[in-house]
Amino acid sequence: MWGTYLENLIESLPFFLKGLWVTVQVSALSLIISTLGGFLLGIIRSTRIRTVNIALAAYVDVIRGTPFLVQIFIVFFILPEWGIQLEAFTSAVLSLSIYGTAYICEIVYGGVVSIPKGQTEAAISGGLTWPQQMRYVIVPQALRPILPPLVGQYVLLIKDTAVVSVIGLTDVTRVGWFTVQRIPEGILVFGLVGLLYFFICYPLVWLSNRLETRLTTEKSTL
Amino acid sequence: MPLFLRGLGNTAWICLIALIGALLLGIISCVMRLSGRRPISFPATAYIEMIRSTPLLAQLYFFYFGLPGLGLSLSETQTGIMALSLNSGAYIAEIIRAGIMSIPKGQLEAATASGLSLYQRLRYIILPQAIGVTIPALLGQMIVLVKDSALLALISVFELTRAGQLMASERFMPAEGFFTTAAFYLLIYFVLKLLSQQWQKRLIFQQDRG
Repeated sequence: MWGTYLENLIESLPFFLKGLWVTVQVSALSLIISTLGGFLLGIIRSTRIRTVNIALAAYVDVIRGTPFLVQIFIVFFILPEWGIQLEAFTSAVLSLSIYGTAYICEIVYGGVVSIPKGQTEAAISGGLTWPQQMRYVIVPQALRPILPPLVGQYVLLIKDTAVVSVIGLTDVTRVGWFTVQRIPEGILVFGLVGLLYFFICYPLVWLSNRLETRLTTEKSTL
Repeated sequence: MPLFLRGLGNTAWICLIALIGALLLGIISCVMRLSGRRPISFPATAYIEMIRSTPLLAQLYFFYFGLPGLGLSLSETQTGIMALSLNSGAYIAEIIRAGIMSIPKGQLEAATASGLSLYQRLRYIILPQAIGVTIPALLGQMIVLVKDSALLALISVFELTRAGQLMASERFMPAEGFFTTAAFYLLIYFVLKLLSQQWQKRLIFQQDRG
């Protein structure tokens, strides 16, 4: 019985690859935007200017405190009510970027404030301007604590792109959802969907594990 | 409003059951993963890595569309709780592993040298210490779990997000519906965040005394 389904599934493989391409596009775009946004806001947050800090903390809390599904519903269903019409693809990238920026902002902020104060003081005595301090002294050192959680966050973001299928974007998950109506073998269909995500995410999971163990201790057994 | 309160109640108990399941799964798979024997550690590692590398939504659909084909018919809620537990279990396993790694190796060696069995070592030496330092991270995972439970709305489980969806589709008030949903999630988030911060303070206090 699985044989015929398997054949059907192989026939519809091109659709899955098309869906995968959409997933890759959405992920890549929103990853780039949220990395840029996250670094920018994270560095701004580390200046600890009171009003800016309160605003950014509130933004991060609201994003981290609500499910991404609810956020994408708000972007997709409520913005049009206010007269902003967006396509599904744009809505997806927009909501993912807003979401990712908040998390990366926290990671960058945490990394930057972990650098000892003496470094900043030395940089100031060296006559460096604030952008120079950040560019040449603080951020390069902060990358060490930032990188492992950043890669981990990338994996989470790529996985969260699955949720954009609910607003009608034909990514891998949505292709799976369509296919399962024709081929009623959820295990096969979503096994394949999972496998495709695994191909994208596992290298990153591996990298994040590597980065983490390099920064911490050796392996121990119970 | 009663719609949302019912949704909130459902979200709460679904998450609690899923959390208990996830904690059990997490502890078991973490202990298995740290075992030195490959036949024991491999399945746990495979489970953890597979869950971590695929989206929850795909896992949810996998069980939702897949289980009936295997002759297992669970209700939507049961399927949802199962998927959530399996998903969070993998993350909790990693959190507890980090906690166990933070215990000095000498303690494990001392426990083994005193002739404690694996169960005794876990019960009296390892888990009490590992759980303590991981409580903030576990609460963080609980926040993630609560937010992840929103996806259950997509397999028509009636919970907080579903309540918002119904408000949007049946009464044509998407703004009211989804903002109310968001507000309730924020409430849960702040309570859990506060708990986590309190615990962290306690940990630092203990370290200062010790």
